[in-house]
Amino acid sequence: MTGVRVAGVGLTHFGQHPERTGRDLFADASARAFADAGVPREDVAQLNYGNFMGEIGEHQGHQGPLMAEAAGLNAPATRYESACASSGVALREAVKDVRNGEADAVLVGGAERMTNLGTAGTTEALAIAADDLYEVRAGMTFPAAYALMARAYFDRYGGGKEDLAAIAVKNHDNALDNEFAQFQKAITVEDALDAQMIAEPLGLYDACPITDGASAAVLVSDEYAEEHGLDAPVSITGMGQGGDKMALQDRQYLARTPAAERAAEEAYADAGVGPADVAVAEVHDCFTIAEVLALEALDFYAPGEGIGAAARGETTRDGDRPVNLSGGLKAKGHPVGATGTSQVVEMTRLLRGDHPNSDAVPGDVGVTHNAGGTVASTTVHVLEVEE
Amino acid sequence: MNDETGGGAERVRDEGYDDFLDAVESGEGFYLECPEGHGSLPPRRVCPHCGATDLEEVPLPETGEIETHTTVHVAAPSFAEDAPYVTAVADFGGVRLTGQVRGVDPEDVAVGTEVTAEVAETETSGERVLVLRTC
Ligand SMILES: [Zn+2]
Repeated sequence: MTGVRVAGVGLTHFGQHPERTGRDLFADASARAFADAGVPREDVAQLNYGNFMGEIGEHQGHQGPLMAEAAGLNAPATRYESACASSGVALREAVKDVRNGEADAVLVGGAERMTNLGTAGTTEALAIAADDLYEVRAGMTFPAAYALMARAYFDRYGGGKEDLAAIAVKNHDNALDNEFAQFQKAITVEDALDAQMIAEPLGLYDACPITDGASAAVLVSDEYAEEHGLDAPVSITGMGQGGDKMALQDRQYLARTPAAERAAEEAYADAGVGPADVAVAEVHDCFTIAEVLALEALDFYAPGEGIGAAARGETTRDGDRPVNLSGGLKAKGHPVGATGTSQVVEMTRLLRGDHPNSDAVPGDVGVTHNAGGTVASTTVHVLEVEE
Repeated sequence: MNDETGGGAERVRDEGYDDFLDAVESGEGFYLECPEGHGSLPPRRVCPHCGATDLEEVPLPETGEIETHTTVHVAAPSFAEDAPYVTAVADFGGVRLTGQVRGVDPEDVAVGTEVTAEVAETETSGERVLVLRTC
């Protein structure tokens, strides 16, 4: 089994791009990844591509071959759909194929076009990641689902809106210098607490925005990197994926995410590291409460202890283990199908030193956590700087 | 029923789910139970918890308890005229149900509130919706 190097990464700006189609966004992100990697396109054996709502957002299915064309590849291409974890799952499959020797070089990425649907249309489209019969038809939206988890968390463990506001403030602060982020704008705890309610106890600033964007990474085997003299100091050393019941009501826990716990355990064991070794994390903060659930699932905190991490300064830029130095989904944006790979793009830049927040990284092991639905599917990846 | 759904597809009868709503509507709500005692909701061919295939219909308890709730202010188009409304997950013993809470001011909904399961219509589309009514 060979090691897997991140040879190159690329992002589009995340935000509102009403004039740009998914194929244009992915062409842009993949071109940046190829330029960064120095890998010729003809060496790439396949495209693993994540997308969630292309049929609704763009009236476009079968996006695999379309995006291979956009990226300039003449290679097999497969779309992976796992709600907001779509490109996290695409990434895991890409890592497997490189490890197994199926491919020396793979392009992985994702794209989503959402803003043209507007708020109501996007709310409707995202809701289909929940159980249609028992959740959507009962009026549950995505923010509502996370609100139900937030209320269950508060009821069981304590904590409150101020703790969630501290997470939003932190992630906005981290995005200030990130040119790819949707919001490069500081907010205060008061701004967050005074914001319009979406689904109590979650307000507008507890929610990630509606976003257009794309992400891409070129993965290669250790042997390929060596043969071609690539400067690729970051490896993906661990991966894991977990699943849970589709509907919240059928889960064992409403305030814990076992799918992410299992993914994390698997990824740590795969990489031969533990939570104490992790210096920095990019986690799926589609809502502020989701960051709390992620920190606990990654075993940085025991259940019930993660809620105050941002307020206590432990996960802030100058904290011991900064979380979401990219700005997270909250401030960087959440083009759902692009998100999983975008976390690996940001983590790679953070670890190799060319991210605006690289100076804040206190070590050389990073973790990315990408969740689909209300964490019915999750992938976790471990990235490390090679000696 | 052949109502248009948000997705544009003709909504056809969902065997199991619509049977369940019919049963709740006529006061004979049920859920499915496997030999291990795991509860689940139809349609179901295997127990989602242990994989057992011999599922039996057992009566839904009269009342449940709200375990978590939220007041939805930004709704999907299919619930636009219902907003703001309360959605909750209530524990009925063998199973939990997700539904719209009615019969109480949103501010007065709390974890632990006792509810019964009913079927009503949404204000927006007239679709049937599972309702949790405070006792
Ligand atoms: Zn069972």
